[in-house]
Amino acid sequence: MKWFILITLCIAGLVAWSLLGPDRRDSAHVVNVLGSTSVEPFAGMLAEEVNRKYPTLKVKVQGGGSAAGLLAIENNIADIGMCSRALKDDEKSRYAGIEIARDSLAIVAHPSNPLSGLTSDQIRHIFAGSVANWKDVGGPDRPIRLITREEGSGTREAFTTLMMEERRQTVTRDASGKTVTHEQTIKHMISLKALTQESNGAVKELVKHDPCAIGYMSLGLVGKELKILAVDGVVPTCQAVLEGRYVLARPFLFVIKGKPSDSAKLFIRYVLSPRGQELLEKEGLVRSCNASLPPQEGSVPTR
Amino acid sequence: MLVALTAMSGLAIITAFIFKEGLPIINKVGVWNFIFSGDWHPKEGKFGIAPMIVGSIAVTSGAMIIAVVLGVGCAIVLTQFCPRKLTGVLKPSIELLAGIPSVVYGFIGVTTLVPLIRDYLGGPGLSVLASSIVLGVMALPTVTSISVDALQAVPLAYREGSIALGATEWQTTRMVMLRAGKSGIVAAVILGMGRAVGETMAVIMVAGNTLVMPDGPLSPVRTLTSHIAMEMGYSAGDHRKALFATGVVLFVIIMALNTIALAVSHRKAARAGR
Repeated sequence: MKWFILITLCIAGLVAWSLLGPDRRDSAHVVNVLGSTSVEPFAGMLAEEVNRKYPTLKVKVQGGGSAAGLLAIENNIADIGMCSRALKDDEKSRYAGIEIARDSLAIVAHPSNPLSGLTSDQIRHIFAGSVANWKDVGGPDRPIRLITREEGSGTREAFTTLMMEERRQTVTRDASGKTVTHEQTIKHMISLKALTQESNGAVKELVKHDPCAIGYMSLGLVGKELKILAVDGVVPTCQAVLEGRYVLARPFLFVIKGKPSDSAKLFIRYVLSPRGQELLEKEGLVRSCNASLPPQEGSVPTR
Repeated sequence: MLVALTAMSGLAIITAFIFKEGLPIINKVGVWNFIFSGDWHPKEGKFGIAPMIVGSIAVTSGAMIIAVVLGVGCAIVLTQFCPRKLTGVLKPSIELLAGIPSVVYGFIGVTTLVPLIRDYLGGPGLSVLASSIVLGVMALPTVTSISVDALQAVPLAYREGSIALGATEWQTTRMVMLRAGKSGIVAAVILGMGRAVGETMAVIMVAGNTLVMPDGPLSPVRTLTSHIAMEMGYSAGDHRKALFATGVVLFVIIMALNTIALAVSHRKAARAGR
């Protein structure tokens, strides 16, 4: 009987705690940001700055992958979804994507890899699994170990769209003798034998220790421990991305459904402000085309 | 009584939910295709989880070999051959191992074990072997601790009687103590197996997660649990139901393992005339 009362009291206590818990009062000023693991560290850094600058505002950042971010805003679990790829057509009609920065994907390899770069064709064939040894692309005699991301990853989606889709143009003559250009998009698939990892960090860790590995990850997160391979002779730098010479560039998006709350708007405005963009650039991203929005009127929640 | 019913009804509700979500898609895809085909392409509506089933079985078997051999061995040493005071110190330390979070095991596996396997045994390092070792070490405290309890519960008279009849310590252990503590040791192995089959985080970090059938202990693998965890975040519609169906298969496997283990131990006990 004693135990029964004790357990009932515990359950009652837990229920009361969850109902009267701390977040209830200022839930109006909580902004939940969820999505891409590529955007997550940058959003987290900006969230810290914003939380410090506006103490009544609480921005919470979580990972989960770009697809999970979109699912979260669809189900109203999050206020802002983070996405590390451009929105698809059907997504554009339902959500609004705000570009907060541009990131590039780096093709990374172990520092001991003697190659300095690869062509798009070589990269495509390597990741499709048809090239199995480094010596076939001019490197040492080692098997190639592919590292890829899981299927819901925006990084993987961006890589597949920008690199694995081969656009071929064939020129033929039709019946009346006119030249006709056919455009064909061949979608190569990433090999099923590729080792799947769940975040940029995990990819970095693997490539750092394996001399045979090759992988792709967000340029801003590479650091100094890995070798970055040039693609078609172009080394990924901010300049190359801005000038459009580097082919693996992708937008970092904050995606919202419907009307955002005032707190969410405040956070987004901060991220697009010169100070926010400066912080992102310091971390290795390229500033967004929306970056020079003038400061708009809006009230900081003071309650 | 009420508390027991609440616990059982909770389990029943979860089971019913998993089956309700998962069975329709198994029907749609066909039981044969789902369990025996290796084609997992959610975007094209193909759901075959054969590589993951083989992966789970391979990794769990490896883990149990390590956990049982080392765990029961450890239990025997602790109860039969160690002075009591030493057992009093060692047993709690082993139980402490059970409290280490699984992600820590995974982390140590990735940073230390995987490079070792890669450099000395070949292959990518992320492999069935790495997963088995990590899972075996995780299941070890459970198996050891419960086996120790089982062996300590055997009445002292059995041991003393056997030695009085002239048997050596090892003969006593092998022929008397282990047989007497058998049901407890089997329970320990079942619990350890449950921990190994259900472990997700550590396995995702060291297994490699490829979608092809593993062809040896050094090749990368994906288990049923990591499969669900990796694809859960972004699945929708049929894809999500297929993940529930994977849960159904996992459930069936665990129930089958438990039933076999219990049946074996009961049959042996009945035959021994207990």
